[in-house]
Amino acid sequence: MKSSAIIVSLAMGLATCLYLQGCSSPQQTTNNNVSKPQTKLVLTGSSTVAPLAAEIGKRFESSHPGVRIDVQSGGSSRGITDARQGVADVGMVSRALKPDEKDLKAFTIARDGVTVILHKDNPVKSLTDKQVVDIYTGKVTNWQQVGGKTGTITVVNKAEGRSTLELFTHYFKLKNTDIKAQVVIGDNEQGIKTVAGNPNAIGYVSIGSAENSEANKVPIKLLPVNGIAATTANVQNNTFPIARPLNLVTKTQPQGLAKEFIDYAQSQQVSDIVKQQNFVLVSK
Amino acid sequence: MLNSKTLSSSRNSDLWLIWILRVSGLMAGAIALLIIFFLIVESLPVLQHVGITRFFSDSSWNPTAGFYNLIPMLWGTLLAMFGSVLIATPIGILSAVFCQFYAPPTLAKIYRRLIELLAGIPSVVYGFWGLVVLVPLIGKLHPPGPSLLAGIAILTIMILPTIALVADASLAKVPLSYHQGAAALGLSRWATISNVIFPAAKSGLFTGMILETGRAIGETMAILMVCGNVVQIPKSLFDPIRTLTANIALEMAYATGDHRSALFVSGLVLMGLIVFLVAVAEVISQGKIYE
Repeated sequence: MKSSAIIVSLAMGLATCLYLQGCSSPQQTTNNNVSKPQTKLVLTGSSTVAPLAAEIGKRFESSHPGVRIDVQSGGSSRGITDARQGVADVGMVSRALKPDEKDLKAFTIARDGVTVILHKDNPVKSLTDKQVVDIYTGKVTNWQQVGGKTGTITVVNKAEGRSTLELFTHYFKLKNTDIKAQVVIGDNEQGIKTVAGNPNAIGYVSIGSAENSEANKVPIKLLPVNGIAATTANVQNNTFPIARPLNLVTKTQPQGLAKEFIDYAQSQQVSDIVKQQNFVLVSK
Repeated sequence: MLNSKTLSSSRNSDLWLIWILRVSGLMAGAIALLIIFFLIVESLPVLQHVGITRFFSDSSWNPTAGFYNLIPMLWGTLLAMFGSVLIATPIGILSAVFCQFYAPPTLAKIYRRLIELLAGIPSVVYGFWGLVVLVPLIGKLHPPGPSLLAGIAILTIMILPTIALVADASLAKVPLSYHQGAAALGLSRWATISNVIFPAAKSGLFTGMILETGRAIGETMAILMVCGNVVQIPKSLFDPIRTLTANIALEMAYATGDHRSALFVSGLVLMGLIVFLVAVAEVISQGKIYE
């Protein structure tokens, strides 16, 4: 009686383990159906593009019965490798392709810009690139030093790994280890609320979210970068310096389901999803 | 004949009950073991690449640049926990005393419902309130605002209902004969409470403390919103901190490879902290509390 109870319990535990193990291996899903008319599209790559692609995928599925769009994140570099090796049908890359990646075909589905924001009551109207760098590296710690009122600057930085951080540090040629922050935030919303609640704060967020909040009377203002106003319009026409395209990439000229999906993702039918996710529409 | 039949059927149903209980018990236990197993499996890659020691000896936490120091976040978690438990425990226990022995019955009833309401508010609501009200307030007092102090304040409010409700229940459970005995000795109300009721309700009060401490360690959303999340060992109450839970919540969505794995290591450390807490509780309670 006793021993049988132990055996049964062990077996159950083991079975549960195996079952859960089976769930956690995402690779298995990609290597099937090649010959039959394709009913499944696998997208892998950038975690910035993934939520957007997933939303577009959902709408695509509802208008194409029987089709499944499988979106897996894992970073832009995974998007490049997976598309090259054919592990995924489409890769997602949240930046422009590098010169050595020109063997791939890129299709921009949206753009994303990043700008510096301040509290509305802060009299500072603009900052030079050097001033921004000095503030973020802790060389300038008082607003008086850059033409504002006396007050200790609260530097708001993004958490490690966030793509906004990458874009920001890349443009200002900063190293994240050199940044002296007083607040570290997660998503753009949190950054906007932090700056809105602190007249001495400086932060940087996605332009789409910032414009959205400003329009909703949140007390923040967007600073120009290098003299160019931070507006979605300027991101759209490529004049704003801190911006990047969100791309879908394929190994060869897309055909069949992949072509259909990419065309759909670039069409006006999904513009509301792009806006809703605070990205900038691409002018065609 | 009839008698033996009913007997065997009742034994049969007992057997069923025993097995159902065994299986449910097993499942509850297995879930905890599975979580630990999963955490270890996910942490293994980075532990193999960089080793355990570097998580406690690196110069900073910059996982994308290959630095994995968890010590500041461990301090952040512990300081926020100790601070809030230190404040919430006396307030919670004394409010339970008020509720049980001093308040008129109608007031006690309303008060109890209010505390239950406090326990039911989602943590993100506390966090949002902290971000828009508390943090700017602290910012005026001593910039920047998001700080250990804000974290302790929010945590205190959040864990207060736990200790208050558990203390209330355990004080209510003290047998009437204890009260009568104390009254017969002519003890004053406060003397009765401090010398008779508290010792009698010790185990319940202690359980409440363990529960609130667990909640303080595990709280994520509110802490993430008010603490500033800078990875550093705070030098004062006004310095920003990052807790282990906030670390995972902040970075998990965008982490890949070793970075992701390192976040599972911080989860493992958190798990270790809670195992340690439960173990300490077990040691303290041995013979001392449940006597």
